[in-house]
Amino acid sequence: MASKAQRAPLGLRLATGGFVVVWLILAAFPFLWTLWGSFKVELDFFSIADWTNALTGENTEKVYGTPFTGAGYRGAWVQEEFWRAVINTFVVCFFVVCTSLTIGTLGGYALSRSGFRYTFWLLIIALIFRAMPPVTLVSGYLLPFFEWNVWGILPTAIIVLVAINQPFTLWMLHSFFQNIPKELDESAKVDGCTQFQAFRHVIVPVMWPGVITTGLFSFLLAYNDFVVTAMLLSESNRTMIPEIAAFLGTTQTEGNVMFAVAAVVSATAPLFVLVMFFQRQIVSGLTAGAVKG
Amino acid sequence: MKHRTFFWFFLPTGLAMLLFIALPLVSVIIQSTHAPHEAVFRTVENCGPFGCVEETTIDQEATRAIRDAEPLGRFVGLDIYLDRGHLAAQEVGEAWANRESIGDFLSRLGNLPFYRAMAFTLTYTFTVTPLLIVLGLMIALAVNTVTQRLKGFIIFFSLLPMIVTPLVGSLILFWMLDSRGVLGTFIQWAANDPDLSLKASTPLTWAMLIVYGIWSSAPFAFVVFYAGLQTLPQDQIEAAQIDGATRWQQVKYVIVPHLMPLVTFVALIQLMDNFRVLEPIIGFNAQAHATSLSWIILNDLGGETRQLSAASATSVMTILGVAILLTPVLIRTWRDFRSKT
Amino acid sequence: MFIKTITAASLIALAAPTLAMACEIGARVSVVGNEFPAIQTVGAGAQECEGGEVTTNLTADHQTINLPGMQGNPAEYTSAIIANSSIVALMNEDVIRPLGDLIEKHGKDLQPTQIITIGGEPMAVAFMANAQHLVYRADLLEEAGLDVPTTYEEMLEAAKTLREKGISENPVGGPYKAGWNLAQEFNNMFLGHGGTHFKDGTAEPNVNTPEGVATLEMMKALAEYMNPDYLTHDSNGTNAEFRAGNVALMHMWGSRAATMTDADGVPQEVVDGFAIAGPLTVGGGETPASTLWWDGFTVAKNIPDEEAEATFVALMHGIRPEILEDEETAKQAVWLIEGYKPTEAAKGVFAAAQSGTIPYPMLPYMGLLHTALGNELSDFMQGKESAEQALSDVEAAYTAAAKEQGFLK
Repeated sequence: MASKAQRAPLGLRLATGGFVVVWLILAAFPFLWTLWGSFKVELDFFSIADWTNALTGENTEKVYGTPFTGAGYRGAWVQEEFWRAVINTFVVCFFVVCTSLTIGTLGGYALSRSGFRYTFWLLIIALIFRAMPPVTLVSGYLLPFFEWNVWGILPTAIIVLVAINQPFTLWMLHSFFQNIPKELDESAKVDGCTQFQAFRHVIVPVMWPGVITTGLFSFLLAYNDFVVTAMLLSESNRTMIPEIAAFLGTTQTEGNVMFAVAAVVSATAPLFVLVMFFQRQIVSGLTAGAVKG
Repeated sequence: MKHRTFFWFFLPTGLAMLLFIALPLVSVIIQSTHAPHEAVFRTVENCGPFGCVEETTIDQEATRAIRDAEPLGRFVGLDIYLDRGHLAAQEVGEAWANRESIGDFLSRLGNLPFYRAMAFTLTYTFTVTPLLIVLGLMIALAVNTVTQRLKGFIIFFSLLPMIVTPLVGSLILFWMLDSRGVLGTFIQWAANDPDLSLKASTPLTWAMLIVYGIWSSAPFAFVVFYAGLQTLPQDQIEAAQIDGATRWQQVKYVIVPHLMPLVTFVALIQLMDNFRVLEPIIGFNAQAHATSLSWIILNDLGGETRQLSAASATSVMTILGVAILLTPVLIRTWRDFRSKT
Repeated sequence: MFIKTITAASLIALAAPTLAMACEIGARVSVVGNEFPAIQTVGAGAQECEGGEVTTNLTADHQTINLPGMQGNPAEYTSAIIANSSIVALMNEDVIRPLGDLIEKHGKDLQPTQIITIGGEPMAVAFMANAQHLVYRADLLEEAGLDVPTTYEEMLEAAKTLREKGISENPVGGPYKAGWNLAQEFNNMFLGHGGTHFKDGTAEPNVNTPEGVATLEMMKALAEYMNPDYLTHDSNGTNAEFRAGNVALMHMWGSRAATMTDADGVPQEVVDGFAIAGPLTVGGGETPASTLWWDGFTVAKNIPDEEAEATFVALMHGIRPEILEDEETAKQAVWLIEGYKPTEAAKGVFAAAQSGTIPYPMLPYMGLLHTALGNELSDFMQGKESAEQALSDVEAAYTAAAKEQGFLK
């Protein structure tokens, strides 16, 4: 994107490039190590005897004859039916993202356009709400949810995740909307639009970079959530993360760490596609952002 | 915007928060001032596969009447907040009265669960938050200069620390950092100390948790700043260049001020999240060395006997702690808000 | 109503040899419990029953949800599968019912020892047992010319020899992770020293005693021979050490001993040298330094009698003696069911039961003391404070919690 005038001197470009490479190694190394290790047996993955076992797969070779095995994947997907958890996760994520973006966009837009003092206090209260530890919230839900017979099902978990994440969504969208000049919807209203029409026709087309970014975080929250899904979903409705936690075993029972590792690696693959898609949206946001000039 | 319009726009999100956060919050506050009724015991003979023993059990008949009369439990005011598991008013008073020196007082304080948790939590919060903001900004600036084609890959790999679930991410790092693991071996080699173990020493465990905290949250700051950079008005940069500003000056006087609202936002969210640090402590099995308020809550709720009142009191204190922590940022936001309207 | 999928595969697997056994129930059954294989078997067995919907929710988080799930009226769960440590939480809140009439009507197959009575009232039916005991590497001990230790003092001697001879750098293992595990190790050793957790018949703590100090000193002495990271090692971590061949002597759960060498890639010498023995004694005492555990089922109080009866019948079907005909099932646990023949792996738990090991105390306030022990002992293990200080911290932490819960005035 750099124009001629922006072209950096070679030294700076090398430094930047070097920094990006170092960061990528830091960020990706544990994951690549896990990816590599997921085709090994547990003893090689942990490699307590000698760390190089994790690279060479010495014990894996003894058992399977080759240094690579898909046993972890087979165990997780075929034996433990991990795909059920995957489907549940995507149902939860889809509805959490849609719902929280819909109601969050409306709320965030209103907060950014209303100049009254109470909007500030609403934002502060939302922030205080966010400070509440989710563990406490969830253990408080248990009794009423059981009473109303809504415990254990996906919609309950979805609504709770949406609600818990609303303060964050509101704050984030509020800041993005503040960056969109007020004149845009003001002039639409002068032209006779209602507030909602102004929002619908003027703001919606330019809001996508902010909404996509917020949506990504909502998605990650729902995707990575453990506290809510572990405590509010029954065994048959479990999402991926509690399922992976279950693979790990407990004090008195043997888990299967390699199932968990294989599950983690396979759970990351769809995110790759998602981020690729999201990245294009951000770039297309460049042109949208140019509207405000 | 009119009050009426605002109301309808805000209603769905407001209702969700009211039902699922505000109401539980009220009940948590009530719970934290009530404790279960005093139990009436009776001694009974319990038998099972391994023979019989005399044991104590709760006399349900005798307890039921009291419970039905006051289902909330007995009102204890602020007693729970002041007991040893929380602010430990009495113990702190004694420690101060019997102190031999300030250091001695602090070490006595460090023996109390609340203050021990605060020591780690505050250190963690105030090292991780600024460092991750700086790191996130550097990554965003660097990635922004990379050619278009590589950006997708780089963004994905940069996000990895955040998208691999903390539960498993920290478990994997936990094994890699083991004194026999790949990173542990590397650190031993770098420090030239073959017996070095990160997990056996308190300062090194803290360092490990802090590095993990920065590593896993920097992508968040990166994504927010990166999105912010996309809206940077090109004419301002050009104007700065015409004025002969160096690159560093452009960053300092144009880019950072443009990103300032986002920096405030990231700081707010991360101060709060770091103050409630929990997953790394669990994932790294680090509770012998480091605890936090959230960890105390989980521990109170996770035992064989759930201590609901204690957990509620700690939750309220967490909220107050966050409120205090955020005050400076909030005052800033208030000034911005006032100046804008 | 919940829609819950019944795992068809497990149903078919179990149904095959037992088609003859019919199980008719007339009402809803809903079971919550831990997720380990033996309980999965029992749950699947209960689901064979016809005439009413049988659902199971077997998860590691069962302890957080069983109480709220049974407090409503009618309760969501008609049964919770629990252990002797966790039944007290249900007893304390009065959510489970006495089983006297149900046992009389449907419990002909039960062994008398399976019935858990509290104050003469049968409150639960146990079906499996567990205990911690010694597992060791026979080959390494032989190489060092050592006998299998029967006391912790001998274990220390053996560890010293193993280290001096260069056979193993850190020969001792144990789940010493700060928190629940460390507290459990304390309980074992404390009972082995003849300690009692509470002053007679009261909720007053009694751990800051000479027995308590001796316990901590023995634990620290053992820790000298463990991997330096022992405070982060739970059962998973310790097992991994054993499998890697680093550990020669280890205190481990019976339920995990059976599968110790089953994992892929365990070196042949570990598989061959692996051996099981009973729990050890300590300090010249007679009582082994371990605790006995049982797992069993309860029936909820806040449900109609028909559901209670259906639940009892279904779960009795789940633990009928015929399930032991399946070899895999027989290996899953140390069953308390009639006709169970101990496998080789169950030796340790049986030795524990026969040598007078004390069951984990079923006291309303034991959970609070366990939590307090888990939080306060790690300072001592790290050498940050004296044993007396650590134990007085435990008592103070417990007292604060017990006052709040109404167990102490």
